[in-house]
Amino acid sequence: MSAAPAYGEDKGGSAGPGEPEYGHDPASGGIFSSDYKRHDDLKEMLDTNKDSLKLEAMKRIVAMIARGKNASDLFPAVVKNVACKNIEDPNQLIRASALRVLSSIRVPIIVPIMMLAIKEAASDMSPYVRKTAAHAIPKLYSLDSDQKDQLIEVIEKLLADKTTLVAGSVVMAFEEVCPERIDLIHKNYRKLCNLLIDVEEWGQVVIISMLTRYARTQFLSPTQNESLLEENPEKAFYGSEEDEAKGPGSEEAATTALPARKPYVMDPDHRLLLRNTKPLLQSRSAAVVMAVAQLYFHLAPKAEVGVIAKALVRLLRSHSEVQYVVLQNVATMSIKRRGMFEPYLKSFYIRSTDPTQIKILKLEVLTNLASETNIPTVLREFQTYIRSMDKDFVAATIQAIGRCATNIGRVRDTCLNGLVQLLSNRDELVVAESVVVIKKLLQMQPAQHGEIIKHLAKLTDSIQVPMARASILWLIGEYCEHVPKIAPDVLRKMAKSFTAEEDIVKLQVINLAAKLYLTNSKQTKLLTQYVLSLAKYDQNYDIRDRARFTRQLIVPSEQGGALSRHAKKLFLAPKPAPVLESSFKDRDHFQLGSLSHLLNAKATGYQELPDWPEEAPDPSVRNVEVPEWTKCSNREKRKEKEKPFYSDSEGESGPTESADSDPESESASDSKSSSESGSGESSSESDSEDQEEEKGRSSESEQSEEEGGKRKMKKRKKVTEAQGDASSSDEGSDSSSSSSESERTSETEEEQVEPASWRKKTPSSSTPTVTPPSVQPVSPPTIVSTSLATDLEGLTLTDSPLVPSLLSPGSGAGRQELLHRVAGEGLAVDYTFSRQPFSGDPHMVSVHIHFSNSSDTPIKGLHVGTPKLPAGISIQEFPEIESLAPGESTTAVMGINFCDSTQAANFQLCTQTRQFYVSIQPPVGELMAPVFMSENEFKKEQGKLTGMSEITEKLTLPDGCRSDHIVVQKVTTVANLGRVPCGASDEYRFAGRTLTSGSLVLLTLDARPTGAAQLTVNSEKMVIGTMLVKDVVQALTQ
Amino acid sequence: MIHSLFLINSSGDIFLEKHWKSVVSRSVCDYFFEAQERATEAENVPPVIPTPHHYLLSVYRHKIFFVAVIQTEVPPLFVIEFLHRVVDTFQDYFGVCSEPVIKDNVVVVYEVLEEMLDNGFPLATESNILKELIKPPTILRTVVNTITGMEKGETHRELPSWLPTGQLSSGALAKDWIDAIIDKSGSTITAEIQGVIDACVKLTGMPDLTLSFMNPRLLDDVSFHPCVRFKRWESERILSFIPPDGNFRLLSYHVSAQNLVAIPVYVKHNISFRDSSSLGRFEITVGPKQTMGKTIEGVIVTSQMPKGVLNMSLTPSQGTHTFDPVTKMLSWDVGKINPQKLPSLKGTMSLQAGASKPDENPTINLQFKIQQLAISGLKVNRLDMYGEKYKPFKGIKYMTKAGKFQVRT
Repeated sequence: MSAAPAYGEDKGGSAGPGEPEYGHDPASGGIFSSDYKRHDDLKEMLDTNKDSLKLEAMKRIVAMIARGKNASDLFPAVVKNVACKNIEDPNQLIRASALRVLSSIRVPIIVPIMMLAIKEAASDMSPYVRKTAAHAIPKLYSLDSDQKDQLIEVIEKLLADKTTLVAGSVVMAFEEVCPERIDLIHKNYRKLCNLLIDVEEWGQVVIISMLTRYARTQFLSPTQNESLLEENPEKAFYGSEEDEAKGPGSEEAATTALPARKPYVMDPDHRLLLRNTKPLLQSRSAAVVMAVAQLYFHLAPKAEVGVIAKALVRLLRSHSEVQYVVLQNVATMSIKRRGMFEPYLKSFYIRSTDPTQIKILKLEVLTNLASETNIPTVLREFQTYIRSMDKDFVAATIQAIGRCATNIGRVRDTCLNGLVQLLSNRDELVVAESVVVIKKLLQMQPAQHGEIIKHLAKLTDSIQVPMARASILWLIGEYCEHVPKIAPDVLRKMAKSFTAEEDIVKLQVINLAAKLYLTNSKQTKLLTQYVLSLAKYDQNYDIRDRARFTRQLIVPSEQGGALSRHAKKLFLAPKPAPVLESSFKDRDHFQLGSLSHLLNAKATGYQELPDWPEEAPDPSVRNVEVPEWTKCSNREKRKEKEKPFYSDSEGESGPTESADSDPESESASDSKSSSESGSGESSSESDSEDQEEEKGRSSESEQSEEEGGKRKMKKRKKVTEAQGDASSSDEGSDSSSSSSESERTSETEEEQVEPASWRKKTPSSSTPTVTPPSVQPVSPPTIVSTSLATDLEGLTLTDSPLVPSLLSPGSGAGRQELLHRVAGEGLAVDYTFSRQPFSGDPHMVSVHIHFSNSSDTPIKGLHVGTPKLPAGISIQEFPEIESLAPGESTTAVMGINFCDSTQAANFQLCTQTRQFYVSIQPPVGELMAPVFMSENEFKKEQGKLTGMSEITEKLTLPDGCRSDHIVVQKVTTVANLGRVPCGASDEYRFAGRTLTSGSLVLLTLDARPTGAAQLTVNSEKMVIGTMLVKDVVQALTQ
Repeated sequence: MIHSLFLINSSGDIFLEKHWKSVVSRSVCDYFFEAQERATEAENVPPVIPTPHHYLLSVYRHKIFFVAVIQTEVPPLFVIEFLHRVVDTFQDYFGVCSEPVIKDNVVVVYEVLEEMLDNGFPLATESNILKELIKPPTILRTVVNTITGMEKGETHRELPSWLPTGQLSSGALAKDWIDAIIDKSGSTITAEIQGVIDACVKLTGMPDLTLSFMNPRLLDDVSFHPCVRFKRWESERILSFIPPDGNFRLLSYHVSAQNLVAIPVYVKHNISFRDSSSLGRFEITVGPKQTMGKTIEGVIVTSQMPKGVLNMSLTPSQGTHTFDPVTKMLSWDVGKINPQKLPSLKGTMSLQAGASKPDENPTINLQFKIQQLAISGLKVNRLDMYGEKYKPFKGIKYMTKAGKFQVRT
């Protein structure tokens, strides 16, 4: 089958009408050896450069094949000519299908050619061809697994690809070829997370399940701090239920409360994954929804798992096969997280039209969901089920009632009574099943149920199902003391019918006899001996064995066996009651949603879901290069991140940091700001691109046109991707700096902050006006101008809303002292400008205040006292810090609106006993926030701000300050500005807006290679402009 | 991933096979036949069957089993979802998905399958892309459509009939389904409304459509076609999308459970078996309840009678009824409900002589349709188009249908 297209290609591509050549071939009647010779010259012909000779050769080969001659050793030569030629075709569709054809030929001889073709296609400019290359990788791997190393190189290359088209296919190749090479994912992790929503559905499934595994190896368990609670599982259980019931609003509360007990900070990358997969719960594809559901089940903190329930319940309205798989998974989940599905109890009610297998699974779920509160409704449902015509289902229902009865003590008697009533059912199967279940229930509290046992004993006359008879006999034997009058009589009857019984019944008769003999030998001695004699000659050897064994044990013989003295202990030992468990218990050690989970057995190729690591591996491996404007991020933060658990005398302590950071990441995922809708815009961009691509596939347009279009599209795509991937925006917008990139790589990696935090800085500045982003209306994408569109693309960087992240980088000003240790009587206070938008008010500068207590008494009630502020300046105080133990440190965030001036904000810092007057004076560079704009916009805006608004200063850059990197770093350290891409290599542009008024601040630095430079600042706030020039010049010339 | 696909008809013949990797012998299907035998009914065949070397994943639709063979671990829903997508594609291509149609179009079928999977991994599964690669057989399709009418292709084919032909147009059909279980006394045990919005778009260029609802809060849980921008929905509750050409399902929704569900029909029933009598009484009446003044049409009542029922002699006040003595399935095609003269079905059942009365009274399943009404109250506010200059025709229709509507007796 596989080779067929290749031949088709031969014919269609080059040979033309092959049949007429038949007669030409002189070898037609010839000898075999001549064929070999012929092959040689055919090979030569194929290897020439002349098309006519090649064509001739092809024709002859086709003729040979037509006659069934073996031409396989010519195969590589043919393929090389046909496929390789097409692989260089200008049309991307032809290139792609040539590769598809080539890679579908499963002949080992072709491996080297295939390898070459894949490598070439992997760097093709068309994403569609690259996708095909990714598809070809597993094919080649299955053909020749020795190529693994080379293929991994190709995979690594394709993993770095930034198009959504390729992502799914290459991860699929990764999963087939080298799922163990988790290290290849690190660098691409964030990109994959961000691309995910735009990848096609099949790719999403593969990527999500791969990322689930990845996250299990790289992050810490989010439930680890709940382990304290786990000692008392009951309590933890209900606790989590309540949280879920309260809905998303309580999530924050729950997660902030928990870390307080034990420091756990969710890795921002972990949060990123959870946040980016959540929208996919709305996918129309059941496979995607299931994939996300299992990801949440395996990776999310308990309080957040609840969101998947609704989506899974939705899948229950799909085809029955989908229901079947989903219910299996729900059954497993509902054991661990009952509260999650409890609100949807009614969705699992059974309809008479459901197929039996669905009914039984629903029953399983209903049983798992039954609790003290809902058991009456559940039991009422069960009652209707028992009358169903589907007997298998009725049997399963009875089992389910039994399980409810064991799990919920309150209804045990009700259930038991109900089951006893079923004993008079006309259907024997129902009765039998009830008996079996009653037996299990009675074992828990036999003393009170003599009546039921009597009732059961009567049934031995009527009931014929062996399993039920055996159960009754066992019960009577076990509890013969409760029914001393009836038991011997039952034995009498059974002895009479012994020979006609089934094997399991016979065994139980022997047991009953033995037990009665031991307790009531007077009445039953003869009966027992009769039964044992009958058994001795039974056809079944098990029964004969049992009879022999029993006789030796219970009948005292002259030899007086040592064992017979213990016979009573052997037969009448108290037996533990059986535990009725769900068959889905502990299935969750398989990854949910997987085939292995469904079968409850390991399928071939199943990748074990690893346990959470004890210690998180280094998170910095996922860092990628950052664009310049984030350079301000500094080492301080890294340091803090690396030692979150012990507190330095100077530094911040771990616990408080975690307490701070967690709610932030929480709200980052939950609150919906317009910045998100902004990114929606950009996804629309990529949508349309995808469509363009699809259209491009079918249109046989001219090469130049198409390639040109392609390139344009690619460019646009790159810009789009800026939304999540720092490095891509770097490449896309700033090609001039890429040369210096490599030398910086190591350093940037070290300095890199997780994207969530650097992205947060952008929103207030990137919006055209400084209205708070949460109310920013978004105009429909189609009517925005191109320049605005780029603006909006900048906006998408703010995907995570306004929240100060973990202590972020202080600015160039570094840490400043607010209150000295001595003056503060042991309380030392420092502050840094975090350069993040202040969550309460975008006009405010967010200031991180670090307190540390170096005295030996706790400092209590730290708060801001009545501030005396100059006009216009306002302060958002930090929440009161109740107590700071000696030697401890903590951090608080406050917001100050400086009203675009460098006036100091004076306020009191109060403790319970003391008040300190302090003041914070901002450097001018902190009064602004970066803005993204294109070069053209920059020039346009600059053109508007000339004359009075332009301040120019000449300076000479010292030798140590001439590389791009240093210049950019120095400028961004002084002022919170964003870099603007620039065509000229010696020019640097930065843009920002002042926080309060939103006036533009544009900074241009024109540096000559000689060191002479000119600094220009354009801003309508002249004071700010002047001060900024001063500060920047100072920083650059130092 | 997916190794091979076998199509098996209800009589157990493999009438089509397709392999994407190496050829897997047909004999692997023996395991499937075994399971089929055990299951007795087609819908009870387990969707996943493990065999020593392969795993068989199957879906059953249009009386055909689509059996996929896989060798290694893969999420089962991935395969099942794909198989359903294959069926949907066939339906879209050929109007109906049945054995004769597949056999007639075997070339197109193979081409489509080849394009849908590459080496077992899905490649092009969107029907608008596929149709650009492989043209659907047009003449045949029209023939099939005229012969079979519209009733087979359930959702999509309802749309174009009322859209103006030969004009740039976009239409949407909002359809509610009521799923309900009504208990013996007529009180509702569970009832919920779910629905879909199917769209049919015939617009040139790159239109960017925005659809807004009067009452988006009604929608409790939604799932979208991939073209819908999720972020826009999250922030503004507006559906913004660049539509693919042709028919597609834009949105599926579930109406929040707090809203009380209006049940548009009631069923009065009196079904009684007497012990030691070979006759039973049977009487049902169907009537409108909360219909907002609309007519209930297309009412069909079906009921699976207990095994003890040998035959039924019934007289309907309107419509036609059938009773299959083998499967014990009673079906009554009522048609429209006239509130002045409620349709009823009365008569007797003849029961097996000597057998005791059945434990369970049969459940009654109801199908019906209400035009121009979305029982959930969902209303589309407006549909706007950006990005193109022309003024297209825009239309929206509402409909309510019974989903799984059961009355326990």
